[in-house]
Amino acid sequence: MAGINLDDSVMTTRLDSVVNWARKNSLWPLPFGTACCAIEFMSMMASRYDFSRFGAEALRFSPRQSDMLLVLGTVTNKQAPVLRQIYAQMAEPKWVVAVGVCASSGGMYRTYATLQGIDRVVPVDVYVPGCPPRPEGMIFGVMELQKKITRESLSARKEHVERFYQSLARQEELQKAKGLSQYQVVREMVLEAGAQGGQQIW
Amino acid sequence: MVIERIEAQLPGAVLERHAFRGDETITVAGTSFLAVVDFLFGEGFQMLLDVTAVDLETPEYRFEVVYHLLNLASQARMRIKVPVADGAAQPSLTGRFKSADWSEREVFDLFGIPFEGHPNLTRLLMWEDFPGHPLRKDFPLDGGDIFCSNDIGASYSPEARSLNA
Repeated sequence: MAGINLDDSVMTTRLDSVVNWARKNSLWPLPFGTACCAIEFMSMMASRYDFSRFGAEALRFSPRQSDMLLVLGTVTNKQAPVLRQIYAQMAEPKWVVAVGVCASSGGMYRTYATLQGIDRVVPVDVYVPGCPPRPEGMIFGVMELQKKITRESLSARKEHVERFYQSLARQEELQKAKGLSQYQVVREMVLEAGAQGGQQIW
Repeated sequence: MVIERIEAQLPGAVLERHAFRGDETITVAGTSFLAVVDFLFGEGFQMLLDVTAVDLETPEYRFEVVYHLLNLASQARMRIKVPVADGAAQPSLTGRFKSADWSEREVFDLFGIPFEGHPNLTRLLMWEDFPGHPLRKDFPLDGGDIFCSNDIGASYSPEARSLNA
């Protein structure tokens, strides 16, 4: 029986690297566009900057069909529970890019109405500064996310998302126990975290 | 002029008046407010453009509710200001103008001024159990949020804060 030579047809690697290689080149973006950053995003998707070069041209406006949340603009406290729900609905594994200063830190809006950075309520992987950032800036942010995906372990990503689900369960529990609206519960969770020196509720 | 006719029709109703580049403003006492609005409606001011308020923090009356009316036939505009004490109610204009509905809800939401006779006086912008009324002068701009504090470092970890100091 002739021996089979596998040298040319088999490649050995780690599961993490091969899966992450596939993940980073097939990101499905979901735009959460609330302000002018969304206008720059349109430019990024269009032919001049051509975001499809990075394997992420399949824009889906449904969280169920996407795994990269791009938060493009100011998020108010009233939108915070909506953003949390959208993040929870996304297909796993999922990543978040905070585009622009408003999404990253509240930006110039240091008021009662504005969430001081979306990382208070959902886990963020990459922050893109700028007001608004240029399309190159957003592309660079996604390239940084691709580098991050290459490095991460599959189980760590799973646990990362799991922590968020736990905070969502706590939110629902508190809402029932205190009889508050979803907006007020998230607001109180953020204030409570701040009083304890924390920065996030997940 | 319309204001002269108001004064002839309802003597003493107009407390104060001024004009700026053709836009007339009258200050009207709360007691004669509805009569003045009815009179102006008859004169052709049949579109309520906006209802807003100012927190003056004066001891006699705290708020000033401001109405903007437009005469669609002559394109004349009229601003009516009504002083309202803290806690006092203002009569609703929803029976006269449909546009008063959401405008009055907004003023109620942000200033806490109740409108008597409004069919659905609930908050418009903030959520229902939001504590306080944000556009009152005694409401902290940051809503008590530690992350908005003037001490920029407050929102960061102790290590980051020591870098800021």
